[in-house]
Amino acid sequence: MTIQEKNWKEIPPAGVCWKSSTEYLTGDWKTYKPVRDLEKCTRCLLCAIFCPDGAIHWNSKKEDIEFDYDFCKGCGICANECPTNAIEMKLE
Amino acid sequence: MKSYVKQKVLALNGDEAVAYAAKQSDVDVVAAYPVTPQTIIVERFSEYVANGEVNTEFVCVESEHSAMTACITASATGARTFTATAAPGLALMHEMLYVASGCRTPVVMAVANRALSAPLNIHCDHSDSMGQRDSGWIQIYAENSQEAYDSIIQSFRIAENPETLLPVMVCLDGFTLSHTLENVQILPDDVVEKIVGIRQIPHVVTHEKKKGPFRLSSEHPMSIGPVALQDYYFEFKRQQEEAMKNASKIIQHTHEEYAQISGRRYGDGLFDLYCLEDAETAIICLGSTAGTVKNVVDELRAEGIKAGLLRIRTFRPLAIKEIIRAIEKVKAVAVMDRSISFGGHGGPVFHEIRHALYDASLHPCVVNYIYGLGGRDTSPSQIRKIYDDLQNIMHKSKVENPVRYVGLRG
Repeated sequence: MTIQEKNWKEIPPAGVCWKSSTEYLTGDWKTYKPVRDLEKCTRCLLCAIFCPDGAIHWNSKKEDIEFDYDFCKGCGICANECPTNAIEMKLE
Repeated sequence: MKSYVKQKVLALNGDEAVAYAAKQSDVDVVAAYPVTPQTIIVERFSEYVANGEVNTEFVCVESEHSAMTACITASATGARTFTATAAPGLALMHEMLYVASGCRTPVVMAVANRALSAPLNIHCDHSDSMGQRDSGWIQIYAENSQEAYDSIIQSFRIAENPETLLPVMVCLDGFTLSHTLENVQILPDDVVEKIVGIRQIPHVVTHEKKKGPFRLSSEHPMSIGPVALQDYYFEFKRQQEEAMKNASKIIQHTHEEYAQISGRRYGDGLFDLYCLEDAETAIICLGSTAGTVKNVVDELRAEGIKAGLLRIRTFRPLAIKEIIRAIEKVKAVAVMDRSISFGGHGGPVFHEIRHALYDASLHPCVVNYIYGLGGRDTSPSQIRKIYDDLQNIMHKSKVENPVRYVGLRG
């Protein structure tokens, strides 16, 4: 994540966002990333429902689940909730 | 002679005067929780709401923490917001006071000063508001109920000015002012309405690189006060300090404009100087005690003693240069603190004054008097004794025992 650092006169007051939140790639907070075992995964989408960051999507073209690592903070809830233990948290 | 607006006189206590000022100031939202000695403010205001005398959303909350939270969020949408509290309530608000100033929400709050427990005490001292000294709120201390009324009206203008955008605390001494009946001059409703006007909303540049009004709205969505870590937090705090610096001039300007209409002046809005020009000895204090001190100064002047008073009306921001200018020629100064900073060598006002004088070309002797804790009465004879002490200090040009107590047994 690169931020062009501005001085205190150049920024709006009270921490008002002058950038869209989509520009802040919070994915770089993570230590462990979820990795899916494509064999075990049944595409039930429970992981997408439980993801607190909305970082798991259904890609309709590929007809498959996709992790958005730009915003996945590596909390591991998906791995914990997966009924077939198809998700493993691996050190980045 | 200039003619001022014709005003009616009502017999009001300090709390009622504050509620009346809020009623006239076209407040959109009040979220408050009752606490002695502030309760009358909330009671009166809820009566105005029940009677349909105001167009205000009154939010009954479960605590002061929630009261302040509701005020901040209402203010962030652009609403004019008011609340009131006292010691334990103010302490419970502590966390949210920093959010209010950090989010730059111009909330106006009356604080009926009261001692903090334990032991339990409902009477006046300044420990509550002094404890919030560094919360980023402007602090104005009223000497009487009239000033509390005037200050509330001025505060909406001060807080909402785009150059400040800071919350304002108007402090009035619990019971001494809050519960004591006084003749209060009341401006006509339409005049107050004109003074406070409609809240101005400045524009900020949002993430779409577009200018939008600085408030929460569905047309221009924005987040106020989200996370800023090692990279930006410091810069936002520096902005708040700048806003505080701007506030001094805005307080003076607003005070002067108001004086032109009402005919009432409290010094320059920052400091109220009394017989200070040629004074050899002076007291510095805040709040209602200044009334007693002024009486004693009159007596001493009649006896030919050059005594004076500097009442700090605006404690935050504290205009250091003006303080130096006002007191550096005085030979001996007593700073009266109605709160105590345990283990801190004197009270908070004393710290500020001695610190300010370090940069002065002349250095008067400065002595601190801790007084009136938990509502202990301070009599004219005790004030006189302080001036006697100052005479001694002046002749010796030396302060022995710089931190003293007034009205304490033993």
